[in-house]
Amino acid sequence: MLKYQSVDEVFRALGDPTRRDLVERLGDGPATVSQLASPLDMSLSAVVQHLAVLESCGIVRSEKSGRTRTCRLEPVGLHLAEDWFAGQRAQWERRLDRLGEVLADAVTAEQTSPPSPTRGA
Amino acid sequence: MTTRSAEHGSFTVTRTYPVPPERVFAAWSTQEAKARWFGAPGTTGYELDFRVGGAEVNRGGPSGGPVYTYEATYRDIVSDTRIVYDYVMKRDDSLISVSVTTVEFVAAPSGTTLTFTEQGVFLDGGDTPAIREKGTGELLDALGDALA
Repeated sequence: MLKYQSVDEVFRALGDPTRRDLVERLGDGPATVSQLASPLDMSLSAVVQHLAVLESCGIVRSEKSGRTRTCRLEPVGLHLAEDWFAGQRAQWERRLDRLGEVLADAVTAEQTSPPSPTRGA
Repeated sequence: MTTRSAEHGSFTVTRTYPVPPERVFAAWSTQEAKARWFGAPGTTGYELDFRVGGAEVNRGGPSGGPVYTYEATYRDIVSDTRIVYDYVMKRDDSLISVSVTTVEFVAAPSGTTLTFTEQGVFLDGGDTPAIREKGTGELLDALGDALA
């Protein structure tokens, strides 16, 4: 069961610019710890600590394979209201793209068929 | 057990379409035209009464799962220019959210710029973690925007 205190943890975790940077880059896809650390001006162990904070509140998930640890975003951590509004937004992005397709189809149909005496909606 | 909470949010989505405003507006103003792009898979009922005070209802959900109901009331309609409505979203009988939506249509050199703005309050955590049924992929796509 999700708890509101975890929302506080999420906001605390994202209150740090380094951790926000890590989350933003993981938004592009999974990455290894060393890939995440390479552009940052800090030690690998400091990056690992930041990732541990993100992992502890459920924003990031990691798996170790051999000597490589790969991190990915775990959206469950950014749940509740954030998820809701993000989901609503994503739904409207899709809907408005579909509207664009419907409008484009109508234009194409007009151009490829003889002009009709009335222009429908 | 329900945890009582009220969390606010808003978002804006903008698109430009290569047709004049009256064509874009028309796609919102009749049930037949809007159903072509508005509906979601699994939708079992869609009704639109497009006039001030008129209602719009959309029901759907996974087979055997909860029924999600969208109920809107149109508050302001300015042809080819603006639509304002408010709506509630329910999961079965639980109220999930209450929102105000403004859709603006502005003539642009290449057609029409549509701006969709939603402002809402999300209640009691949606009463359930099943909100996440909306799909992890979509949420990942939206995450960058949410953090921006």
